[in-house]
Amino acid sequence: MNPTTFFIFTTLLKIVGIVFVVILPMVSYAVYAERKVSALIQDRLGPNRVGPAGLFQPIADAMKFLLKEDFTPAHVNKFYYWLAPCLAMVPAITTIAVVPFGSTLFGVPMVIADINVGVLFVFAIASLGVYGIVIGGWASNSKYPFLGGVRSTSQMISYELSLGLAVIPIFLLIGNLRLTEVVQYQIDHGWMIVPFAGDWRNPLAWLLAIPMWISFAVFAIAVFAETNRLPFDLPEAETELVGGYHTEYSSMKFALFFLGEYAAMITGSAIIVTLFLGGWHFPGIPDGSHGWIFGLINIFVFFAKIVVLLFIFIWVRFTLPRFRYDQLMRLGWVFFFEIALVNIFCVAAILAFHAPPFPKHGLQADESDHGIPGGKMGPAVA
Amino acid sequence: MLRDYLPVLLQIIVAVGFAASALIVSVLLGKAGRRTPIKDSPYECGMVPIGEAQPRFSVRFYLIAMLFILFDLEIVFMYPWAVVYRDMIHGHPVVFWSMLSFVSMLMIGYVYALRKGVLDWRN
Repeated sequence: MNPTTFFIFTTLLKIVGIVFVVILPMVSYAVYAERKVSALIQDRLGPNRVGPAGLFQPIADAMKFLLKEDFTPAHVNKFYYWLAPCLAMVPAITTIAVVPFGSTLFGVPMVIADINVGVLFVFAIASLGVYGIVIGGWASNSKYPFLGGVRSTSQMISYELSLGLAVIPIFLLIGNLRLTEVVQYQIDHGWMIVPFAGDWRNPLAWLLAIPMWISFAVFAIAVFAETNRLPFDLPEAETELVGGYHTEYSSMKFALFFLGEYAAMITGSAIIVTLFLGGWHFPGIPDGSHGWIFGLINIFVFFAKIVVLLFIFIWVRFTLPRFRYDQLMRLGWVFFFEIALVNIFCVAAILAFHAPPFPKHGLQADESDHGIPGGKMGPAVA
Repeated sequence: MLRDYLPVLLQIIVAVGFAASALIVSVLLGKAGRRTPIKDSPYECGMVPIGEAQPRFSVRFYLIAMLFILFDLEIVFMYPWAVVYRDMIHGHPVVFWSMLSFVSMLMIGYVYALRKGVLDWRN
């Protein structure tokens, strides 16, 4: 098989594997987990009728979504009404393409697209998710969705600032936006939340841990706000807006909104894991070049970390009350924005004293040839 | 270079294809029901809708959108700076001070916006 065919074939295999074997089942079982965990927290039983312990509930739900009447109310703006659910879902699934979800398996790197702008791509695509919600809210021609849409626009763009600012300390440290390099750096120098791991006796490395934790907290909370999860779920606050932006939606179109929301949660967790929690790395487990079994374990470790974060998402939802809108805006624009900015300059100041220039990673990495098993790219493609 | 982005294109095609096929399957399998005027009306908790479907909303949402554009651009400028910072800071302290002065200038506008009450939702 020539390198190009092999490259396209493995890429398609990875995409289908990630989207249909991992993300979609994970989404449906995240819904199930949410209902079960909420039941646990509120001392109820949760779904327990379909299959053992209600395990087939997601399948029953999916069938129901498919078989329900596909109803488009007369008062909506038809084209945008149909477009919105797709726009809500596509960015969430597309973002996962640049996240390295494992080391290598049979020599094939376990990342769909290893591009050099990595995290910028994530922000560029993830911020498109707001269009699905805004257009859905506007096209519904109804008051509740409209209010939900307006609220979510300003909430999502406000927290995008904190999201963008919170990761800059990482790139000050690493000097590369490529996410595979971020993971590699964390393997060599310790996870971002423990930057002293490789350098125990350096007090400045210990000092670096403080801004890194602040970054981590700001980023994680901003992800909650970006995915419209409680305590920031004002776009769809049931008690005041019925269903928020998807009030007028039913059947599969509603399901796509739901899917987009949960896929965004999974993608958000994947980004948190990659940037702060070492990606697929776990101390003591070698990478995929030591045998395919380790490659599989790396992938498993990555998704296990995501599952832990998803559990925290659910836990928070059933523990904290909802913010008031002005509190939400104040938190994002005053507290997070300022603390993230100050944080950047703290890290920059620490790095001015600490940190020799890069020994092996750095700007040169962009010239090397990543992700292509056949070596240099052929002139035909370039 | 372009080859790096081919998987992204494939991923988008798969995502769009999935969304479209899910909607099409739902249209084909979903049982069509009767249409009634009540069913076709906007949902307002059972009340007959009053007034416009898209009422006027607070100008503050608009102000926040404008502030967002301003400060999001600032963040975009900070990325390239962050990437080269560690290579350049040794021997060139100007790298640090230039970004600090750039952000300080933006902060004047930020403080002005806050003082003008962009985030004050009470009145």
